[in-house]
Amino acid sequence: MPSTQAIPAALHGVPGEHSLLAGVGLRFWHLPVDAALHGHALDAQLLLNLWIALALFALLNLLLFGALAFKRRVHRPIHQLTLEYLPLAAFTALFIFLSVRAHTLWAAQRYTGAAPDALQVEVTGMQFAWYFRYPGADETFGRVRNTLVSPAEGNPVGIDPADPNGKDDIVRGQLVLPAGREVDLALRAVDVIHGFAIPEMRLKQNAVPGQTQHIHFTPQTPGDYAILCTQVCGLGHYRMQALLHVLPAAQFDAWLRKQESQVQR
Amino acid sequence: MPTILTPPGIRKPRRPGAPDHIGEGDHGSGRRPPTDKRTGGNGDGDNWSDRPPGRRGPRERLSRARIGLFFALGGDLMFFVALVSVFFVAKTSGHFDAYSRYINDWLPTSIPTILWLNTAVLLVSSVAAENARRSMFREQDLMDEWIGLGRPISRRAAVWLASTLALGGLFLAGQWIAWDQLSAQHVFFNSNASSHFFYLITIAHAIHLFLGIGALVAALIILARSRQLASRQVFVDATVWYWHAMGLLWIFLFVLLEFCQ
Amino acid sequence: MTAPSQNLGAPSSRGLIALRWVRIGKIARAIFSTHHRNIGFGYLLVSTIAVILGTLLSWLMRVHLSWPAWQLPLHGPILPEDYLALVTMHGTLMLFFVLTVAPQAGFGNLILPAQIGARRVAFPRMNALGLWITAAGLAVLLAAFFVPGGSPITGWTAYPPLSASALAGPGEGLGQDLWLASIALFCIGGTISAVNMLTTIVKLRCEGMTWQRLPLTIWGWFTAALLGVMAFSVLLAAILLLFCDRHLGSSFFIPRGDFINSTLLPHRGSGSPLLWLHLFWFFGHPEVYIAILPGMGLTSMVIGNFAHRRVFAYRLMIATTLLIGLLGLLVWGHHMFVAGLNPFAGTAFAAASMAIAIPATAKVLSWLATVWRSRPSLTTPMLFALGFVSLFVAGGLTGPILAQPILDEYLHNTFFVVGHFHLIMAMAGIFGVYCATYYWFPLLAGGRMLSERLGKWHFWLTFVLAYTTFLPMYFSGLAGEPRHYAQLTGLTAPAQALLGATIAIQYHITAGAILLGATQLLFFANLILTLRSPRRAEPNLWRATTMEWAPHIFDQPPTQSAGLTTQETNDLPLPATFRGPCHYSEDGASFLPQWEPPPPSPASQPE
Ligand code: HEA
Ligand code: HEA
Ligand code: CUA
Ligand SMILES: [Cu+2]
Repeated sequence: MPSTQAIPAALHGVPGEHSLLAGVGLRFWHLPVDAALHGHALDAQLLLNLWIALALFALLNLLLFGALAFKRRVHRPIHQLTLEYLPLAAFTALFIFLSVRAHTLWAAQRYTGAAPDALQVEVTGMQFAWYFRYPGADETFGRVRNTLVSPAEGNPVGIDPADPNGKDDIVRGQLVLPAGREVDLALRAVDVIHGFAIPEMRLKQNAVPGQTQHIHFTPQTPGDYAILCTQVCGLGHYRMQALLHVLPAAQFDAWLRKQESQVQR
Repeated sequence: MPTILTPPGIRKPRRPGAPDHIGEGDHGSGRRPPTDKRTGGNGDGDNWSDRPPGRRGPRERLSRARIGLFFALGGDLMFFVALVSVFFVAKTSGHFDAYSRYINDWLPTSIPTILWLNTAVLLVSSVAAENARRSMFREQDLMDEWIGLGRPISRRAAVWLASTLALGGLFLAGQWIAWDQLSAQHVFFNSNASSHFFYLITIAHAIHLFLGIGALVAALIILARSRQLASRQVFVDATVWYWHAMGLLWIFLFVLLEFCQ
Repeated sequence: MTAPSQNLGAPSSRGLIALRWVRIGKIARAIFSTHHRNIGFGYLLVSTIAVILGTLLSWLMRVHLSWPAWQLPLHGPILPEDYLALVTMHGTLMLFFVLTVAPQAGFGNLILPAQIGARRVAFPRMNALGLWITAAGLAVLLAAFFVPGGSPITGWTAYPPLSASALAGPGEGLGQDLWLASIALFCIGGTISAVNMLTTIVKLRCEGMTWQRLPLTIWGWFTAALLGVMAFSVLLAAILLLFCDRHLGSSFFIPRGDFINSTLLPHRGSGSPLLWLHLFWFFGHPEVYIAILPGMGLTSMVIGNFAHRRVFAYRLMIATTLLIGLLGLLVWGHHMFVAGLNPFAGTAFAAASMAIAIPATAKVLSWLATVWRSRPSLTTPMLFALGFVSLFVAGGLTGPILAQPILDEYLHNTFFVVGHFHLIMAMAGIFGVYCATYYWFPLLAGGRMLSERLGKWHFWLTFVLAYTTFLPMYFSGLAGEPRHYAQLTGLTAPAQALLGATIAIQYHITAGAILLGATQLLFFANLILTLRSPRRAEPNLWRATTMEWAPHIFDQPPTQSAGLTTQETNDLPLPATFRGPCHYSEDGASFLPQWEPPPPSPASQPE
């Protein structure tokens, strides 16, 4: 299995041939680095699938076109059992095996909510930006109203000033998270469906207006990662991005305290 | 000369060995039709089943029309199934208000009582339609027409169809009154979730009935004009089955609107 | 309701025949005829227009993705909204008006009746109506290019609220309305022609054409038509509801207090966008199988034909076709794993999607076993059939990968998906269409036969370029490239680093795409050259066993038009079937077509 790292810049340049080179290179599948706790298991499952698919693809074309090389026609043995049902049984077993493996991962990630002590962050998507809200010192989010949404007036997520809980909420344009601590993201959308995705965290969940989708994960390696929008949401879809900034736990606490001290509303 | 009782070219010489080599009891589309007095074969020595499919007389056209109608109605059913499932989703769905309390703002639309009347009318119209359909196949009249004693079939059926038409019109008028009454109570399409559905469902059904009315009118014209008894029978038959289907559909939708809101 | 049974669709509009300048009269007669063959050609014409436009659009998309600064002559720079409009129209044209029309309605009308030994379809006039409604649908769709605001930008899936309010962006006004109208028309036309097709198969099979003896092509068309009848009307209902949301103030799909473009939508209800997703995909997934099932059926028969063998596990093939149709109705949720679907439902849909891979695999195995060491004759249609299998697997193998929710979480809405469906749907589907064209051309073009040499060039180039173009999409998808991205340059830092890495692949794909499209000119050249040439191929030149090749079935015997009385026309012998398809001797030298009366010795009868 290849190491799952970003393609080095060395691979860009001359059109055509290089993408082929990359194709046969060690980083065969072009997967970006993964920096989340569940990423390794997911990658293992993904790569297993990909290699199996590649093998089957090669095998099939070999059988399909390679067989044309034979000049003699054989009287086909009419063993439906050996030619059809046994392979089919094998494939069925394969599909079941993959499904079960995938299911365990899926269940582990989605069937249960985040741990109670997980860091609460609310993500709000709108045409065409992401905003991130931290509950602040009181650890409760203030009430929001779509009608109050107005980035221009410094209230991008529409916090209701009438609600005391909202006073200390911290709203930022980039997502800053501590490494090694579970995060519980609450996804909202103001206008249309947006797709919240962090490829390097192997994370994706649509933000649907009118509902709140929860998703939890644990970032591991500190660094800067791209947050994309992966559900077409209008003409700015391609530039609806944000920055995920993963800090070591200590630095994160310092950062958060700084922000809390800054909020005035 | 009506083709119905003395089909052209009785028992032509078959190609050598055609049917005998065909096992598996299933003769393609032309499954052995029930020797059917209505479509030929009554005692004049002609057995339709001896002919290759495609030559087995009006019976084939009849069942073709019925099958076609069956599939079309199947599709139509899916249309209403989709609407109804959305109905139930909307009925049970709510939203969180500004104070994050869950609000289900479904308030049922009070169904005008006249719908009961309309339903009854539609049922009666179906009965009339069925009579029309039956009378298309009344052997007595077939004989008379064959011998040339006028067109008793058309006469009899036309009466029933006309009454179906009238009753159908009455139903639509009744629906119109119902919409009127609602709008008088200021219940319009976009008053609330349930009124959406009331109008959507009733109007969608009304449009189907309009098609049915069109078919009825066409059937009446054909009854008057067409000289081929077969096409008269086929057309009336299909129209009536469609009418029945719409009646059945309405009962289902009515129960839904009346009791399931 | 139906034309009198022997009237083979005489022109329904006497008016036009009146102007008797021979050509125009002929053309008009052809156009307004209700004969299923003319209808079929009509559908092919519609899909050819659509495929050419769709291809041109895809070129613009590719060029823009590789060189965002490039200016389209007479238009100027391609803005992000232009790109999204291109994608939407490309997808709509290709999926609805090419791959649903050409294999199903087009070749269905041309070949299906002859293949079941029928001389007509069940409801010729309805059939014609279906064609006209579909053509109108295409016209309405293309009109969206020219309205203010341009064509919609939602993608072919038209997710609300983006598609529910003109505020959401350019193209969401009149353009989106036209799109909805067009698809509504398409649904109605599709349902009509499906009903006609189903009735034809059920009622008009000739003597001896039992269900067990139906060619697999018929089974493909039959299942696809069943899916069509069920799926189209659901989409129609969904479109109706969305239209109400847009214009009548209802809110089936619009949540309470939706705030688009700093304007509060007036809708008072509490709808859910997910509802549209459910309705759409309940249609959408069957739709993609409608696009491929006819191709599967044809591939099976063509492979059997040129391998000179009975299709391996014939009964199983029938069963899997129906099974794929059935399961196809139960897997729609696999498009919504990370779209807000309840995770438990996700698991259920994943299981169903994995299950559907099994009948598909069974088909692949049968195809393999049929060709395996059969020393097949590698005619162009055979090559396209083999290409179909290869591409179907290349795209299909990633299906089960996408069907695992945990993996879809990474792959959803990336180019990995785009690669998946271009290989299995776009390319395999087009290969099916080409296979049909090359295979049946002698029937369609009065005994003319497309040049094999050009055909083989066309095949190999298209085959190689199809992979060159669409396999790399898997890699750019795995690298994280999302769909519907108007450009991959000028983004913020980390995103730029991530997506910029795929730029080399972008060039590669674009080059492939342009060559791939250009290669198709070979086909059209071949078409024109052949139609010019008078060369006549011998009847049943492929040594096929299915009914459409029987004498006087596809090109009907003389009728009233040839001065026969109705009586005489009625008395003309009707076709009959005596056995299932593909009866070849073990060495493949001799064969026994379905229409051949059995030889005297009863010994020489398999089955
Ligand atoms: C039938 C389906 C079909 C076909 C054939 C194609 C063909 C092509 N498609 Fe398309 N595509 C879609 C269906 C199809 N596509 C869909 C559904 C989408 C999603 C849209 C959305 O997200 O909303 C999409 C999206 C899509 C994207 C993603 C855009 C994005 O999300 O950013 C791209 C990008 O490269 C692309 C490229 C291409 C290219 C280069 C071709 C080239 O292969 C074109 C070359 C053309 C041919 C090889 C066909 C030639 C065939 C004939 C000439 C037939 C002759 C006719 C008869 C014999 C009757 N397509
Ligand atoms: C013809 C069209 C077609 C077909 C046949 C398929 C077939 C399948 N599709 Fe695909 N699919 C699409 C068209 C199609 N798809 C389109 C258009 C989309 C995108 C829609 C959009 O968002 O715009 C899509 C998207 C899509 C998704 C959603 C992805 C996402 O948006 O995140 C999923 C997820 O489960 C999926 C699954 C499958 C599966 C399991 C199959 C299965 O049926 C595959 C079965 C085939 C196989 C399993 C291969 C069998 C062969 C072997 C096993 C090899 C044997 C080898 C030897 C014998 C050596 N498809
Ligand atoms: Cu937000 Cu795309
Ligand atoms: Cu699908």
